[in-house]
Amino acid sequence: MSINQSGWRPTAPEANTGGVPASVTGNKALMLEEALIFEIGDSHTTGVDFAAAPARATTSKLGVLARKAPIGLPGLSEPETVRHYTRLSRQNYGIDLGFFPLGSCTMKHNPRLNEKMARLPGFSDVHPLQPVDTVQGALEVIHQLAHWLVTLTGMTSVAMSPKAGAHGELCGILAIRAALEAKGEGHRKVILVPESAHGTNPATAAFAGYGVEDIPATAEGRVDTEALKARLGPDVAGVMITNPNTCGLFERDMREISDAVHAAGGFVYCDGANFNAIVGRVRPGDLGIDAMHINLHKTFSTPHGGGGPGSGPVVFSAALTPYAPLPFVEKQGEQFVLVEEETAGEHHAGSFGRMVAFHGQMGMFTRALTYILSHGADGLRQVSEDAVLNANYILRSLDDTLDAPFGPSGPCMHEALFSDSGLAEGFSTIDVAKGLIDEGFHPMTMYFPLVVHGAMLVEPTETESKAALDQFIAALRSVAERAKAGDPSLKTAPHFAPRARLDETLAARKPVLVWKDPAPLAQAAE
Amino acid sequence: MRYLPLTQPDREAMLAVIGAATIDDLFVDVPEAARLDGPVRDLPMHASEMAVERHMSALAKKNLTAGEAPFFLGCGAYKHHVPASVDHLIQRGEFLTAYTPYQPEIAQGTLQMLFEFQTQVARLLGTDVANASMYDGSTACWEAIVMARRITKRGKAILSAGLHPHYVSVSNTMAKFTGDVLDTTDPRLVPEMDLDRLIAKIDDDTSCVVVQYPDILGRIADLRPLADACHAKKALLIAVVTEPVALGAITSPGEMDADIVVGEGQSLGVGLQFGGPYVGLFGCKDKYVRQMPGRLCGETVDADGRRGFVLTLSTREQHIRREKATSNICTNSGLCALAFSIHMTLLGEAGLRQLAEVNHAGAVAAAERLSQIRGVELINDSFFNEFTLKLPVEARPVVRTLADRGILAGVSLGRLYPGKDDLANGLVVAVTETTTAEDVETLASALQEILA
Repeated sequence: MSINQSGWRPTAPEANTGGVPASVTGNKALMLEEALIFEIGDSHTTGVDFAAAPARATTSKLGVLARKAPIGLPGLSEPETVRHYTRLSRQNYGIDLGFFPLGSCTMKHNPRLNEKMARLPGFSDVHPLQPVDTVQGALEVIHQLAHWLVTLTGMTSVAMSPKAGAHGELCGILAIRAALEAKGEGHRKVILVPESAHGTNPATAAFAGYGVEDIPATAEGRVDTEALKARLGPDVAGVMITNPNTCGLFERDMREISDAVHAAGGFVYCDGANFNAIVGRVRPGDLGIDAMHINLHKTFSTPHGGGGPGSGPVVFSAALTPYAPLPFVEKQGEQFVLVEEETAGEHHAGSFGRMVAFHGQMGMFTRALTYILSHGADGLRQVSEDAVLNANYILRSLDDTLDAPFGPSGPCMHEALFSDSGLAEGFSTIDVAKGLIDEGFHPMTMYFPLVVHGAMLVEPTETESKAALDQFIAALRSVAERAKAGDPSLKTAPHFAPRARLDETLAARKPVLVWKDPAPLAQAAE
Repeated sequence: MRYLPLTQPDREAMLAVIGAATIDDLFVDVPEAARLDGPVRDLPMHASEMAVERHMSALAKKNLTAGEAPFFLGCGAYKHHVPASVDHLIQRGEFLTAYTPYQPEIAQGTLQMLFEFQTQVARLLGTDVANASMYDGSTACWEAIVMARRITKRGKAILSAGLHPHYVSVSNTMAKFTGDVLDTTDPRLVPEMDLDRLIAKIDDDTSCVVVQYPDILGRIADLRPLADACHAKKALLIAVVTEPVALGAITSPGEMDADIVVGEGQSLGVGLQFGGPYVGLFGCKDKYVRQMPGRLCGETVDADGRRGFVLTLSTREQHIRREKATSNICTNSGLCALAFSIHMTLLGEAGLRQLAEVNHAGAVAAAERLSQIRGVELINDSFFNEFTLKLPVEARPVVRTLADRGILAGVSLGRLYPGKDDLANGLVVAVTETTTAEDVETLASALQEILA
C-alpha cells in the first residue's frame, strides 16, 4: 500500500483572524468577473469552421458594393464563447434560481417540456412562406391554440399575430377604431384609461391616434364607476380596463361598466395581462368585454427571456370579429388554410389589415399549447386558484408589518399590494427592494401602480411552494422592519450582489450605448 | 399536477391563515353570474408529459421541414446553420427565465449582453448606435417611419418597390390610423432597383425614403446618391436589411449615410420557426437617439466605482411617459437578441465574412445553373444570396408541384403579390451555406422536367 508523502491531510478550517482579502482578479470564488467581447475577442478569431477550401464565387455579383472596410466584430473560439456567456448568465437572477415575485409581470415556472416541443424540427425548422400543404401541422397548432383561447375566454374569435402584450393592445384598439369608422362613428376620439393602468395602455391609445383621459380610482382601489359613466358620451371611443386590475383587485363592476360603455356607443378593451388570476374561473366574454390581449408569456408560461420575446393574441367579441387583422388560420373541410391578403377580400373584407410580417410568434404558440395541454381545463382552474391563494397568503401574512392600502377592500386576486407608509424618514420602497436582493430574492415590482405611494406589488404565482412563500415572508418582514427602524445598511444594499447600486443618472446624462475602442496610447497621451 | 407545488394540507393551512373557509371566498368579487362552477366545458383535462409530447410530435410530423428537403426559400426569413452552443447557452435558466432587467444589480448578465448586442448591431448596420431589439423587422420598419415623422415633423414616406410586401402591408395598416401618407408601388421584374423613382419623388413634405437592401428580389444598389438626395431635402433615409449576413460581404447602409437602419436579425442564431419569434434590429445616427423607440442599455458605474450596465434613456418609454412615449413597445425580443449576439460572437469578423462569401458563391453557382434552363431568365445583375428568376409559366403552381416532389423551391411572387399578373412568373430563390450542390442540381433537373 502506498503512502501519500506529499503532505496532504484532511483539513479542518481555521478561525479567520485576517479579515476578508481582496482577490487580484476581482473574482469571488464562483462569482467570476467577465470582460466585454470587444476586450477579449479579435477580428481574426472565429468559433465556426467552414470547409477547408471555402468556395469563392467565380464571378462576383456584388459590384462596387463588395465590402472593403472592416466591420469591427470581435470573434471568440467556441470554448471562450461558452465561458463568456456562462459567466454572464451567472450574474442574472431567474425564476429557475429562486422566487421572482415581480407584480404584474407573472414570473412563473417555465416547464422544459415546452422548450423541447418548440424545438421539434417540424415546428422550428419550417419557413413561413412554404406552400400551406407542407405546413398543415403548424397551422393546426395555431388553430388548436386559438380554440383554447377562445373557449377559455368565452369570446368569438382570436387574432394570433400580435408579437407581445403591447402589440396586442394596439391590435385591439385598431379593431375598435375600424369598427367605429365602419359605423360612421370615426369622430369618437377619446379613450378612457384608469389611472392605475399599465403605461402601455395610454401609449397604445395615443399611438392609435386617440386622446387619452384618466379615470380616477376609488379609495378601495377600483375604477370609479360613477366617474367613468359620467364621462361617457359621443366623443368616447372606448375604455381600456385592466381586470383583475394592477392593484390586484377584481373589478366588481365590470359588467355594469361594459353595459354603460356599450349603451354610450363605445367599446370595451380589457388589458388581459392578469388573466392568470382568473383563467378557468371567469370568462371575460361573460363580462361584456369586446377585445382582450392575452400575454402567452404570463398566463401560459412561455419564458420571459430577459425581456422577450412575448406573444399577445387578442380575443374578440362578435361585434369586433369582422375587423380582426390578417392573417388567420381557418379549417376548411380537412384542410387548414391561411387567410392572407389574397383570400381575405372574399369573406373578411372588414379586416383592419396586417400587423406583422408572417403569422405571429409560432415558437410561443407551441410552448403555450404544450403548457395548456399539460394542465387541461381542470389544471388551469387550479392554476388561478393557487395563484390567488398564494397572493392572499402573502397579503395576510405581512399586513401587520407593511401597509396594505387595499387590504380592507377584501381578498386580492393574484398579487398583493403594499405601500411605503410607515418606513423611517428617508427610506423608501427601493431600499426594501435592494434589501431583498441580499436575502436572495428578486424584488417585487416597485413604484407601480402609481395610485399607491411607494407601491410594492408582490405576485407569487401558482408555482411556488408554501415553504418558499414562508421564507420570503420572513425575509420581507425582516427587511421591512429594518426599513421602519431606519437601518442605514439598507441604504447601501445590495451588499452581496455582483454589483452595488448603479448610477442611473450618469447613464442617462452621458449615454454610452455602444463600446468604443479606447484611443490608442499615443493619442491618449496628447 | 406536476407544475403546482401546493399540497391539499398546504392549501388548507393557508386558507386558515387568510381567514377564508374555501377558495371560493377569495373570488367573492366576481359577480355571481360570471363565476364558473367547474372547469371550462368541452375542453380536455390535464395530461401527462408523455401524452402531451405524443400529441405535439404528431402535429410536428405533419410538416415538411427545411432540413428534409432541398430548400430555397428566403424573402425575409433565411435558413442558416446555427452552432449547437447557441441553443445551449440561451437555454441557461439565468437567461431564459429572467425578466426585463429592472434590478440591474442582479441582471448584469442580460445587461452586458445587451450592451454587446447593441454594439455588434451598430457596427454591422454601420450606425452610431442601436437599441436592445424590436419585435421583428416589419415592426421595426414601421417604428422607423414614425420616428422619421417625429424628427422631420413631416408625414409623407416614400417606400421603395423593393420593400418586402409584408413590411409595406404593416406600414399601410398603421398609416391608416396615424394619418401618415405612404407612397408605395409594386416591383417590376427588371435588373435595377427603383432608386431613380425614389429620388424623383422626394420633396419638401417627405419625411423619409424607405429602401430595402438587398431588396425583395435580391437586388443591391449603391445607396449614396439616394442618401444625398434625401439629405438635400432634409428627409431621412431609412434602410431595411432582412438578410444581415449580406453585410459581411457588402457595404452597410450606415456606411452609405443612411440615417436609420432597421433589420430582421433572424438569420443569426434564431432559426426559421415558421415566422416567429424573430428579432428586430434598430440602429441610427447618434443625433437621433432620443427619438428612438425601444429599450436601450447603457454603461455606468456602481457605488463602488465598478463598471456596470443599466437600462437608460427610459424617459422615452411608455412606463414613464405614458401617452407621450416614443412607442408603446414594452417587451422586446431579448432571448432572440441573445441568440443573435452569441452567433455573431462565434462568427466574429472573420467568420461572418467567410460565411457571406460561401453564401454568395453558392448563390452565383445556383443562378448560373438555373438560368441555363430553357425559358428561365435571371432578372438580377447584382445579388448577394438571393435572386429572382422569371419562369416561362406562373411560378406558384410550379412551387406547389415541386413541393409534392419534396423540393422547397423558393418563394413565388404570386404568393407575395397575389393577383399581380406581371409578377406571377417570378420565383425568388435563396441559397445559403446549408444548400449543397446536389440540392441545386435536384432543383434544376426537376424544374427542367416540369417546364419541358
